[in-house]
Amino acid sequence: MNKHIKNIYQSIGLPRLIIFAFFILVVFAAGSYQMDVVSLMSNVLRRWGMFGILVLAMVPSIQCGNGPNFGVSLGIVCGLFGALISIELNIANLSIFANNKTLGAWVSLLFAIALSAAIAWFVGMGYGVLLNRVKGSEMTVSTYVGFSVIAFMNILWATLPFQSGDIKWPIGGEGARNTISLESSFSEILNKTGAITVGNPETGLFIPTGLLLFFFLFCFIIYLFLKSKTGIAMSAAGANPNFATASGIHVNKMRIIGTALSTCLGAIGIITYAQAFGFLQMYNAALNMGFSCVAAILIGGASTTRAKISHVIIGTFLFQGLLVVALPVANQTLSGTDLSDIMRMIISNGIILYALTKAKGGAANEE
Amino acid sequence: MKNNFFTYTKKQCGDLIKNIYSNKVVLMFLILCIFGISTTGKPLTYTVTEVFTRFSRNSFLVLALIIPVLAGLGLNFGIVVGAMAAQIAIFFVVYWEFTGITGLLLCLLLSTPIAILFGYLVGVLYNKTKGAEMITGMVLAFFADGLYQLLFLFILGGIIPINNETLMIAGGVGVKNTIDLTGNLKYSLDNISMLLLVRTFLIVFFIVLFANLLIHKNEKGRTGQIIKLVLVPIAFGITFVPFISDFMGTDRLLLLDAITIACVAAILYAVVKLISIRLVNKDKETDINRFIAIIIVAIIFYALTYVPAIFQITLAVHLPVCTYAAIIFICAFNRWLLSTRLGQNMRTVGQSRTVANSAGINVNKTRIIAMCLSTVLASWGQIIYLQNLGTFSTYGAHTMVGQYAIAALLVGGASVQMANNKQAVLGVILFHTLFVVAPLSASNLFGSSLIGEYFRVFVCYGVIALSLAMHAWKTVKKPEKAKDNK
Repeated sequence: MNKHIKNIYQSIGLPRLIIFAFFILVVFAAGSYQMDVVSLMSNVLRRWGMFGILVLAMVPSIQCGNGPNFGVSLGIVCGLFGALISIELNIANLSIFANNKTLGAWVSLLFAIALSAAIAWFVGMGYGVLLNRVKGSEMTVSTYVGFSVIAFMNILWATLPFQSGDIKWPIGGEGARNTISLESSFSEILNKTGAITVGNPETGLFIPTGLLLFFFLFCFIIYLFLKSKTGIAMSAAGANPNFATASGIHVNKMRIIGTALSTCLGAIGIITYAQAFGFLQMYNAALNMGFSCVAAILIGGASTTRAKISHVIIGTFLFQGLLVVALPVANQTLSGTDLSDIMRMIISNGIILYALTKAKGGAANEE
Repeated sequence: MKNNFFTYTKKQCGDLIKNIYSNKVVLMFLILCIFGISTTGKPLTYTVTEVFTRFSRNSFLVLALIIPVLAGLGLNFGIVVGAMAAQIAIFFVVYWEFTGITGLLLCLLLSTPIAILFGYLVGVLYNKTKGAEMITGMVLAFFADGLYQLLFLFILGGIIPINNETLMIAGGVGVKNTIDLTGNLKYSLDNISMLLLVRTFLIVFFIVLFANLLIHKNEKGRTGQIIKLVLVPIAFGITFVPFISDFMGTDRLLLLDAITIACVAAILYAVVKLISIRLVNKDKETDINRFIAIIIVAIIFYALTYVPAIFQITLAVHLPVCTYAAIIFICAFNRWLLSTRLGQNMRTVGQSRTVANSAGINVNKTRIIAMCLSTVLASWGQIIYLQNLGTFSTYGAHTMVGQYAIAALLVGGASVQMANNKQAVLGVILFHTLFVVAPLSASNLFGSSLIGEYFRVFVCYGVIALSLAMHAWKTVKKPEKAKDNK
């Protein structure tokens, strides 16, 4: 019996137990402060779906041996680009969709996703070639590749000649604005699809069914992929490159596939995020998004060398849930102050540091 | 003899060109800088003055990065933690209303133990993540930033009562966004006069000499030491001569004067060396070409100041003497450290931890010492930076410290495994020239300074990404080559 409990404890892991206990604690604290727990919960669900696919982008990258993809910003800028083109072409408001706004929004969303995923696939392949050259320090290199891509795209955002009124600065001048409203294109289209409100329509628990289904659909696709022949070969290449080579697996090719897939998911993830948020955030908004995603999957129980789909689902829920619920509670306790960003920084980076000290692999065991 | 000197010159120039060519990053930045300078649309004097100001502000921080590189810890993104230690010290010094030199000394005194503690903790963390120090450092910088904000936004005023309306946010909890250092710490180091600096230096030197003489009683070379002992008080006396004390009473040195002094000092040094080698020791073997070259270069440099354009610049730039003295001191410290046993240990650890371990070096301890040194130097560097800047942005002053310092070092041609003072100095000059000219050129060429801002940030990140990638590439290639050779 004792052994059984120990096994369960080990499979869950101490950090997750602490965070889960903390999560439960803050939920009760929120209740005791007479807060609107139901609306907090709807918020948790919304953010769960919002960040889910971005976090999912870590899985192929970790599985193929690249470690958590700090350079997911590469995918993010591809996603932003796809979304911008979709708005620029004004697909949602084409005359054929005049009678059916929802259909227009769907088409513009799918167009953005398809276009950006296609771009991201090629960008990701190039990125994969780069990461193959720097085996052993992928995390460091990818962080800075991510940063420099964001800075480079800033130049482009500021100079590209956009015509759409949603994108341009209202008072003139070149380039895109900081936050672009998606009101006239695909804002909240996934959230509203099949949404259910439990209880009172005004104050009840809002479940964004479409968003969550979309997230789970992608989780399922990646799950299937990981169980496919290519997926297993990719995981093998990540787990033990020498063994994989001996079994006739082309390790570098597998790593490129993993990186490209991760970049693609990053692109799709940011579009999902933007539609749930209602705005496209340009410029430096995506700079530290990679860190949050890495933290979320690590909280879910992944290490820097192994990750599962369940880690994504649990990790995103815990991480976002903690942020959403803990902040109002913290603000209530320390009256009149805003802890939100600080909490996010400490939790997310602390968990990454913890995972790094636990990582056994690479040059760490040279001695 | 003359022929001999020619070959020497040729060889040196050839080496220089080869060096520049092999360091493509430096070459690229040189071209970018020259292009930028020529398109700013502002007089050259402006750019040069700006670059000199930024040089005195930032060099110290960049030089703090060299020790961890040698100890094999890579580029230390954790210097941000040192900067935070300095900022905590500065906050309390401002709060206690200390000003001027006293305030500065108190800052140094306070920040050093904090930085040592932080450095120790970072060192322990790095020891747990060997081989992934850089990514750990990056994440650590963000993590520490969170804790720092927690301290400044909630603990100060919230838990530790602080009663000061100018420093705290209305309500008393949390520190304001910016703290004005004008009137307390601004220019506290820059404004120390040369006279004070020289006199302090001479007194310290005298005490050291005297102590040396007392400790090593029966050794050779005593006469030399006694001569020095007599010369120091004479030099001390000279500082009281009205003309000299007037000249040295100022805190800023005109660039023209600085060049003159440097050239004269270089020539004097070379002549003294030449005389001592050829005439006193009658040594025909030692190579003297170096000293002749020094004299010629010094004369050329001095002659250059007569070119009108350069003359204008040399009149426009005023150097804060003390800050430059600190930079020279830290360069000397880095060199000196390498000659000690500890420095050699660090190098060995940097080359290979396995070899160091079997040679009986305590690897973990050496790495922690390197981190402590680097963090302390970084905290001093941040104090120098902020006292020169004059406004202390409480939540933003440290965020880019690591990135900019590392980018500057890399621009100078350093790599993850090799860095020296020269590369740091060159890197700071090139990087900050680009920093000054990028927005100006962009607004001149494209009509928008924003593009220049983005461009320089891109360059900063890009150069780090590039050199990290190049380094990783090389380390991957090496084992493959070794395999091929077998």
